[in-house]
Amino acid sequence: MANLRDGLVAVVKRDCPTCALVSPVLERLAAARISEDDEAGLEISFRAGVQIVPTLLRMVAGREVGRVFGWNRDEWRSFTGIADLGADLPANRPGCGSRTLDPGMPEKLAVRYGAARFRSRVLEVPSAVDAAEWCFEQGWTDGLPVVPPTEERVYAMLRGTRRGAEEVLGAIPPNFAECTVEKAAINAVMAGCKPEYLPVVLTAIEAALAPQFGLHGILATTNAVGPVIMVNGPIARAIGMNAKGNALGQGNRANASIGRALQLVVRNVGGGRPGEIDRAVFGNPGKYSFCFAEDESDARWESFAVERGFPPQASTVTLFPGDGVNPVIDHVSRRPEDLLKTYAGCLRALYNPGQVNDVAAFLVVAGEHAQVFHEAGWSKARLKEALAERLWLPMDEVVEGRSGKLQMSPEELARPRAPKFRTGSLNVVRAGGAAGKYSAIISGLGSKGINPVIKEIRP
Amino acid sequence: MTRLLDPTAEAAPERQPRRARLASLAGATIALLDINKPRGDEFLDRLAELLGARGYAVERFRKPRFSSIAPPELKQEIAGRCAAVIEALAD
Repeated sequence: MANLRDGLVAVVKRDCPTCALVSPVLERLAAARISEDDEAGLEISFRAGVQIVPTLLRMVAGREVGRVFGWNRDEWRSFTGIADLGADLPANRPGCGSRTLDPGMPEKLAVRYGAARFRSRVLEVPSAVDAAEWCFEQGWTDGLPVVPPTEERVYAMLRGTRRGAEEVLGAIPPNFAECTVEKAAINAVMAGCKPEYLPVVLTAIEAALAPQFGLHGILATTNAVGPVIMVNGPIARAIGMNAKGNALGQGNRANASIGRALQLVVRNVGGGRPGEIDRAVFGNPGKYSFCFAEDESDARWESFAVERGFPPQASTVTLFPGDGVNPVIDHVSRRPEDLLKTYAGCLRALYNPGQVNDVAAFLVVAGEHAQVFHEAGWSKARLKEALAERLWLPMDEVVEGRSGKLQMSPEELARPRAPKFRTGSLNVVRAGGAAGKYSAIISGLGSKGINPVIKEIRP
Repeated sequence: MTRLLDPTAEAAPERQPRRARLASLAGATIALLDINKPRGDEFLDRLAELLGARGYAVERFRKPRFSSIAPPELKQEIAGRCAAVIEALAD
């Protein structure tokens, strides 16, 4: 940046009526004029952090010692020590926004003038080449187009968190490559995230790396599972996540892009790709993205996060290895006891009606079904208990028993029945639209070693 | 020119040559690694039997969980005590 000469320097722009208004004053002050309409002036304005034009700076020995902005006669008189300055001008006129703050400009200028620094390699795509197509060719995508991660977009993304770009979140399997906040931000850009989603993405990555989530196994398994993300607390509402109608479906940018960002990190940073280390026989559509918010609008049942000991004002990310959505349709039952039969029948069949190991589920209860329990005064704990009672399988129906290889303790083997969810891996949460008597089961993996991971979101 | 930031770990894979095959199993101890999937033990029991009948020494090892990679200590122990390893994938 050109050094500013000592004395008074005014930063102005052409389209600003207040700048035009103070023009005679600037002349009288013999202030140097820096126009944001030319490149050099824009750089000076950016480096000086000008937000409003006109801004009048006082420079001494190459450093700024004071500034006023907009036009306020008394302020300018006191700043310059000239008692009759602008006598023929109105007492006050607000200034205009600096060009450095026009939409898209802060990122552009930060990159152009070196305020944005990245550790990641910069790759140059010829102008004639479509950048989105080029990203496909690099193998960076999940099959859908990605937003090309330009420096400007990544810079803007990184402003969504207070964490430093160089902070290491952990090592992503299968290659156990280090993932920094910056790498996460690049992938979040590609996934279509807004900067305010980044704290959720970062926490989801950290949760995925917890040993009890078992990301390496989830990635490599022949099973259909992938990471399912549930968000609790105020951040879900602040960033506009969907916990209501179609909560498990398409159409909400935060839901869609947060889940996708995690999967792109696994792919691009960790090197986990289908057909390579990802040996899924089927996979499931949720492996593009599976992320929703729990509906916390009815306090009669505490949320999953509160059940896990977090205060209601905490924002959390819960991650569990899940696969498809199995809708539970019961338009008829009006008593908890009847609805329980429906739930138990559907839950019992998950994966294999005789499977009791390595099966878990989130039962997602929508409004009208929840109402059946609320009206009868049933707490969530009571529902879970009553469900567990209905989910005992006769030992001769347990499929592993047919091979004579039941992986159970001697005490369990001595019992005539086994619980469907042996390791307590059935959870009940709220989400979904208000109309219609539905629930949904998200099935997944669960065992003594693999469990849902919940983490509080840091800004 | 569009400038894009690399979303990958930027790590180039290093190609390492495979270890040479053992010229002979004579005097070698063979590790039998159970990854902790159901019925892996059946397969390894039979292998132990067959190898034992041919006069080879075997040692049994077990991963804590099939879906996690083997901990370094386990890999080091196997490498320190055995000349070859047979791993059982099962169900």
